Amino acid sequence: MNKPKITIIDTGCANLSSVKLAFDRLGVETKVSFDPDDLKKADKLILPGVGTAVAAMRMLNERRLIDLIKEAKQPLLGICLGMQMLSRVSEEKMNSDENVPCLNLVDSRVRLMEVGNLRLPHMGWDQISYNGEHPLLRGIPNGSYFYFVHSYAMEVSDATVATCEYGEKFTAIVQQDNFMGTQFHPEKSGAVGAKLLTNFVEM
Amino acid sequence: MLAKRIIPCLDVKEGVVVKGVQFRNHEVMGDIVPLAKRYADEGADELVFYDITASSDARVVDKSWVRRVAEVIDIPFCVAGGIKSIDDAKRILEYGADKVSINSPALADPELITRLADRFGVQCVVVGIDSYFDAELDRYCVKQYTGVVSKTRTTQWSTMDWIREVQQRGAGEIVLNMMNQDGMRKGYDLEQLKKARATAKVPLIASGGAGEMVHFRDAFKETDVDGCLAASVFHKGIIAIPELKDYLRKEGVAIRD
Repeated sequence: MNKPKITIIDTGCANLSSVKLAFDRLGVETKVSFDPDDLKKADKLILPGVGTAVAAMRMLNERRLIDLIKEAKQPLLGICLGMQMLSRVSEEKMNSDENVPCLNLVDSRVRLMEVGNLRLPHMGWDQISYNGEHPLLRGIPNGSYFYFVHSYAMEVSDATVATCEYGEKFTAIVQQDNFMGTQFHPEKSGAVGAKLLTNFVEM
Repeated sequence: MLAKRIIPCLDVKEGVVVKGVQFRNHEVMGDIVPLAKRYADEGADELVFYDITASSDARVVDKSWVRRVAEVIDIPFCVAGGIKSIDDAKRILEYGADKVSINSPALADPELITRLADRFGVQCVVVGIDSYFDAELDRYCVKQYTGVVSKTRTTQWSTMDWIREVQQRGAGEIVLNMMNQDGMRKGYDLEQLKKARATAKVPLIASGGAGEMVHFRDAFKETDVDGCLAASVFHKGIIAIPELKDYLRKEGVAIRD
């Protein structure tokens, strides 16, 4: 197999190194960068994110990454907040009055989870549920546990590939065209997480 | 369904894993990385590393072991000890830790909780609470600087008030170390956990006292904590993680496969 060139988009967030180390463990070379050339030349892109939507979108804007990401033709995998940023809009606005416009690559929105008496953040290992087949889920049984940490979630939409349920059903894996995302952290999800990353590399 | 978490805790002192009884008389348990790897391979859901010398020694502690752990571990882990600023936390998160846990520095400067939560998100910010039951006063109180016996002090905080306070300030998770039970292997303090559970709206982790598998069961079933943390029973091979998870599954606790 030809080694795909994978660029982890440097969003300046704290989990960049975890994502890179996960690929290192798989023997897959990656480059962490926000240089336009590195994004354009990559065969695959990873969009990591940790923190808040408003801060992360501001960072994408500052680093002039918004148009570059929107114009990407290669497979892109958003992780956690990176997936949420693919949506139309996020309600994770913090102290501002306005909702946060996102990349608008997936026709869905992100809002605070309604969980009743359950605790937030939704933190820990939870099960995903899906129907049919998807290249990202090859060899991963329905009901597998992945590691989640979040309080906001993407609503279920036509782009939803897999769901998770915590108080309510939300999108655990999404895909619209070449833009994919996981709400959970595959880089921290043990063997099944490594399998999902391998599947992405081999797509 | 969200799984209950089994969390081995590795107390780190000068770069090796140690364990004491009621926070004293530390004995060396082994190197950090092989122990961490073993627990992850055996099915631990998460790991916590407490650098127990850090806060009480008021010095910069070498944290490069965090990177070595991050290189080999593919489950989440949290680092505690000596984190007093945004920069301290940033360094540890950049090394690859998922969360930082603050304890004594949060008592010295409660605003630190908010600063960390604003910068890194509440999911990164764990507050560890060393809670001691004072039988004379019939009161759970919060202790500070428990890493060194001579420096340990009792704060003015009652445990439940401090839980409320840290939550309001942005703690994303609380680890309740029940000091009277620590290292005794006689079970978690279920009464205290019930009170803490009723107070904590964020994930709550029980710590201190696990000695048998039934102690984990009781904490999960009777107090609905999100995770159980333990050290000596795992380090000394008294309880094997795969066996514990099988047992809890049979007892009807939601446990990751």
